[in-house]
Amino acid sequence: MFYGIDLPGRLMLGTAQYPSPAILRDAIAASGAGVITVSLRREGQGGGAFRQILRDSGCRILPNTAGCHTAREAITTAHMARELFGTDWIKLEVIGHADTLQPDPFALVEAARVLCAEGFRVFPYTTEDLIVGERLLEAGCRVLMPWGAPIGSGQGLRHVEALRTMRAHFPEVPLVIDAGIGAPSQAMAAMEMGFDAVLLNTAVARALDPVEMARAFGQAVSAGRLAYRAGLMPRRDMAVASTPVFGQAVLA
Amino acid sequence: MISVLGAGVAGLCAATALSEAGLAVEVITPPGAPPPVSRLAGGMLAPFCEGESAPETVVTRGRAAVDWWAGHVPGVVRRGTLVLAAPRDGAELDRFARATTGHRPADPGALEPDLAGRFTRSLFYAEEAHLDPVVALASLIEGLNGRGVAFRSGPPRGRIVDCRGMSATLQGLRAVRGEMLEVSAPGAALSRTVRLLHPRFPCYIVPRGQDRYMIGATMVESADPGPITARAVMELLSAAWNVHPGFADAQILATGTGLRPAFPDNIPAIHQSGGHIHINGMYRHGFLMAPALAMDLARLLTKEPAHAD
Repeated sequence: MFYGIDLPGRLMLGTAQYPSPAILRDAIAASGAGVITVSLRREGQGGGAFRQILRDSGCRILPNTAGCHTAREAITTAHMARELFGTDWIKLEVIGHADTLQPDPFALVEAARVLCAEGFRVFPYTTEDLIVGERLLEAGCRVLMPWGAPIGSGQGLRHVEALRTMRAHFPEVPLVIDAGIGAPSQAMAAMEMGFDAVLLNTAVARALDPVEMARAFGQAVSAGRLAYRAGLMPRRDMAVASTPVFGQAVLA
Repeated sequence: MISVLGAGVAGLCAATALSEAGLAVEVITPPGAPPPVSRLAGGMLAPFCEGESAPETVVTRGRAAVDWWAGHVPGVVRRGTLVLAAPRDGAELDRFARATTGHRPADPGALEPDLAGRFTRSLFYAEEAHLDPVVALASLIEGLNGRGVAFRSGPPRGRIVDCRGMSATLQGLRAVRGEMLEVSAPGAALSRTVRLLHPRFPCYIVPRGQDRYMIGATMVESADPGPITARAVMELLSAAWNVHPGFADAQILATGTGLRPAFPDNIPAIHQSGGHIHINGMYRHGFLMAPALAMDLARLLTKEPAHAD
């Protein structure tokens, strides 16, 4: 549940960089995504035609503040997003470094505090840092979105143990792995670890066949979720025979 | 009589092809009509490179464009396209190679001596070419004048072929904003189109002769026709500077912003609606696809009069 909403799918799909809106539309459908994200920073008010295409997809829209480098910029962009899309959902992204695109946790918390107070449902793009996570919850966020790896890098879950710790530390908070996912296997691994959703863009949009890649990610996310719910067997150091072996002496 | 509305690349190619097919044509250009956005195009005739994001039809049909243009206008430069990436973006080059055809690996310095030592890997698309859009559009107008095709304002007198880009009213048509620069860079000597791949700030540089270069172009899902943004200038120029330090001291001759008309699949097409024929949605493929669509149109209309008129 994300702010009281049960999404029809646990993949969240970005909408930038596709070869065409037609391919984007087909990719959304093939992925079974529950949410699509859209950036406004560069397109601004003038992107009405593209926004209409996104609305026509029927998918729930999560506008984002991608490309914002200060809390003030992000807050202004969130206001514009609320006006243009009529939603109080906002993926809050405040970039701290233009090269690594690493989130700026200080500006993030500051912007989250302002936006939550104004009634926004904030989805903050953050690192796996537990204290930053706590501050974001304190600011009013009810979802956290830790990065898998730097945006667009396709490195997958770069700090997998830290992410495991984060999952254990916030057992009741919906956690979404956002950014850095390059392959369906990485998305599936995140879901098997108990993350609630995965958000990605480049891995699908820039695939040679985005529609087929969207389908692959949709299936991986579903399979990972099923596996998590079904209960994965624990890792063991020794072989354990799956069928008992009768009639053989055990030599000590 | 056929009345072509609009005198951009789509309209002028259509009028040329119709006139060459022996049909009576006029071109309608009302006073105060916006200047064609195609004058701001890169003028790349690069079907293989475009195949990175465009479907196969653009690649196959676009291949005919080089010969068409060379047969109609002066200044078509057949020197291919060089595609580069900074060493740390080598993965972009590998992806581009997988996504396209018609290339071979090449030593950048062997093709463009100025790039020796700056880049070690590139892809070379030998069949591609480029032209100067302003020169090409002016030559088509001259050719049409020579054939006695009238350019006039006022109500169209014949069957309408609407080639007005974003000025046309057409379901599903949207604007994709593009921003470009023209510079004079005596410090850079490039003889062919160079594309720099970058995950965020790609650019292409098209030589226009006499040290002039076109640097383009942004792709923004927006209908804002306002002047070029500082962000676009910074991104395009820093990308160009990465290709060749000679661009640092370039003089900026002009900047341009245009709205590319695009259909949802980004494929230029002929549409028929309400008795009108439209050639539109040229997107970033105007010079590449207008000749093919113009010839389709000529075939369509030379067959038609027996039934229609």
